[in-house]
Order: sequence, then C-alpha cells, then structure tokens
Amino acid sequence: MTETLAETTAEAEEPLPEFPMPRATGCPFDPPPAARALHSERPVARVRLWDGSTPWLVTRHADQRALLADPRVSAENTLPGYPHMSAGFRENAAQRRSFVTMDDPEHARIRRMITGPFATKRVEAMRPDIQKITDDLIDTMLAGPTPVDLVRALALPLPSLVICRLLGVPYEDHDFFQRNSSLLIHPQASPEEVLGANKALRGLLDGLVAAKLADPADDMLSELAARVRAGELTQRDAADMGVTLLVAGHETTANMIALGTAALLENPDQLAVLRETDDPKAVARAVEELLRYLTIVHKGRTRVALEDIEIGGETIRAGDGIIVFPGTGNWDAEVFPEPERLDIGRDARRHIAFGFGVHQCLGQPLARVELQVVYGTLYRRIPTLRLATGVDQLPFKEDGLVYGIYELPVTWTS
Amino acid sequence: MSDEGGGDGSGEGKGVTMRVEVDVPKCVASGQCVMIAPDVFDQREEDGIVVLLDEQPAPELHADVRESAVICPAAAIRVIEK
Repeated sequence: MTETLAETTAEAEEPLPEFPMPRATGCPFDPPPAARALHSERPVARVRLWDGSTPWLVTRHADQRALLADPRVSAENTLPGYPHMSAGFRENAAQRRSFVTMDDPEHARIRRMITGPFATKRVEAMRPDIQKITDDLIDTMLAGPTPVDLVRALALPLPSLVICRLLGVPYEDHDFFQRNSSLLIHPQASPEEVLGANKALRGLLDGLVAAKLADPADDMLSELAARVRAGELTQRDAADMGVTLLVAGHETTANMIALGTAALLENPDQLAVLRETDDPKAVARAVEELLRYLTIVHKGRTRVALEDIEIGGETIRAGDGIIVFPGTGNWDAEVFPEPERLDIGRDARRHIAFGFGVHQCLGQPLARVELQVVYGTLYRRIPTLRLATGVDQLPFKEDGLVYGIYELPVTWTS
Repeated sequence: MSDEGGGDGSGEGKGVTMRVEVDVPKCVASGQCVMIAPDVFDQREEDGIVVLLDEQPAPELHADVRESAVICPAAAIRVIEK
C-alpha cells in the first residue's frame, strides 16, 4: 500500500531538468532557454547531473551573490554532495588541492600569498608590455595570408605570453601546457585524461619551482619558491598553485577575446562605437558589458551547503550540492534592463562573471587590462575585420567548462 | 547593510557626510574598489589588500564609494551616511 502510494507520487512529479542545459540553436551568445525559464519560474530548483545527483541550480543575481558570499556554503570539492561535472573532475578533486576549492581560513592564507602581483597598480604597470605583445601579434596577422584563425593568431597567444612572463614559465612549452590545460578543464575528458593532464602540468610546474629554488628570477614562481624555502608552502602545493594560475591565466581570457570578437562582429553598431572611441573609460565599460553578456564560466560555480539555508523560497539542506549559474544572473532584468541587448555603453559593473564572495577571480585586474588592450586595439588596427565564415558555422565550445570558440576564421580588406 | 539602501547611486549627496570603513581581514584583494574609486581606495603593494586613502570622501565621490561597497565581493567596505 505504502509502496503504491510512493510510486504514484514519483510518477506524478515532473522529471528534474538535466544539467548542463543546451543553448538554443542559432543563439550562441544567449544562456540556455531552460535556465532562463527556471530563472523566472523557479529560481532555486533541483536539477539532475550526469551521475544522477540532484544539486540545486540557483539562477537569480541576488540569490547568487548571497550564496557565494555565505560562509555556510563551502567550495571544498572533496565533501560529499559537492556537484562534479564529470567523473574526471570528481577523481581529480581527490588528487589535487587548490586554494580555489578550499574554505577560509586556509583559503585566505594561501590566496594572500599570490594576490600582490594582481593588484591593480602592478597590473597597470604591465599595460605597455601587454600593448606591445598585442601590436606584435596583430603585425604578424597583417603580414600573413587571410583568412586567419584569430584564436591561434591572437586570442590564445596573448594571455599565454602574459601569464608565462608573470609566472616565469618558458613560452616555448606553450603547445604542451595549452593542450593539457584544455584537457584538465574539459568535462568530456575521461578520468585518465584529466588525471594525466594534471600530472603533466604538475610535473612541468614542479620542475620550474625546483629550478627557481636554485636560481630565483623576478617572477611569481620564484616568489612561491621563496615561500617553499621559508617553510610556508610545500613544493607540491607551490606546483599546484602554479598549475591553477597557468590554466586560469590563459584559458579564460583567450575565450573572452575570441567570443567577444564574434559577438561584436554580430553587433556592428556596437563594434562601430568601440572602434571609433579613444576614451579608455568607454573601452573599460565595453569590457564589463562583454563580460556580463557572454559569461564564459557557463557550467556554473559549484558549492556544497554546510548548514540548512533558506533561499528563494526553498530550503537547501546541509550536504546539498549547489550550482550558481551566473549566465542567467548576468541576464537578470532586475539588475540589467534589456539583458539580451549587448550595449557597450551600459554600466555592467555589477556582473558576476568573475564570481562573487571570497573566491572571486584573483586575476580579474589582469584579465581586464588584457581585454581592454585587445578590444581597444584590434578593431582600430583592422577596421574591416569580419568573419570568414557564417556565425552558424563557428565551432562554439558548448561542451567546455569555459565557453568560447575553438576556431575563429577572420579576414579583412587590405 | 547601509550600502545597499544608499539611493540610486547618482545623487551627489548634498549636505550628506559620508564615513567609510574597511574590514582588512575580510578583504580578498579583488581590486574592484580601486578600479571604481581610486581616490578613496588603494591596495598594499605586497598583497593587494585594501588601503583606505580617504575616510570622509567629498560628495562628488559618494556615488562611486557606494558602488564600491555594493560590488566588493567580500563585503569589506562599510559606508555610513548622515
């Protein structure tokens, strides 16, 4: 009798939406329709992941900010209930300790070891170098044949060169670390591939930290090596931090450069405004708007509740997984009127593209300067820049942990 | 939080005095306050942690200071207006 009742109830309930959710065909820049529907109908809702787990998906800006800043919410990815996007990510969580997945106070202790080089003024001091690298890459593009893949020609090498210089990683290793970085954060990669990529990158960084211990230079890995010498960090922790910084330092900005360019080419009125301005503040505003509009961390930010939390009319129980989905938060009309419109003149600074709370992106000042330089330079230097293929033909990274474009063929009139 | 209810952010705060406090242990060095209100906030060179330059900013800076408080990811900025 009881069983029959239970079965009837289960059948009557609608199946939970699957997560991740697909984007709509023909709308490569818009958040998935299913996530937007939850945002308006059920802003804190259970979803089902690949492994059958049912974490909460949080889709409204205000709830997202509240949860990401809540000390009852943990980033510790080895806790039961933490939502993992693939078997590879789950297995790697046990292998790899990163400050990104630690809670305070340990997180704060480690994070403060590496925040100095990303301070606004220190990053501003890098602007001339970043400008020079950008100009050189564009010179090479202009001297070569068309069409050209903007990802290979500019979007990927620029942030890779910058983070290599900052860390003290030889750029000659770029094929090796770019290949392993993309495997490390790829949800479709098998556990063997993810663990292998982590091992390869840790090996590279471990060797570099050892070299900097013996022969320090003026770079971040040498600063970490000094902390190893002082007994504040183990060499393995220093290598793991190096991996985090290297991967986060180029995968994200590279995708913003390529995807941002595609979005601007699809919005020629906005591109024209950006191309014609020489006001750095207007360029900076455009960068914030593109960060909001595109929200490339498109599989959400994963957490687990440490206590019961009432939010959005639901009770998230201690031990429940949480996925904060900034794609819809950044398209929340209560914060950003007409969110579906790319409007580079709007004030988009309240976006949560870099996350929120104590884990908010450490490298954001660097990402901003890189994007300001690229968006402020590329379209002025190549005013006739255009796609060499239809936007519907572009290989978008629908499957990636970070959204972007695998290849962006562009051309121009010489 | 006093920062959330501080008007529409466009007012120049006529006759209003503002006092700013920063919670240094809470700061996560995101640098957003320095980006928005560089006359009021700075960062320590060694670790990027907030340095308050101006405890009682002039009225023309009030909107930016309020915005900094709203955007601070660590809620480390407190704005008191009278």
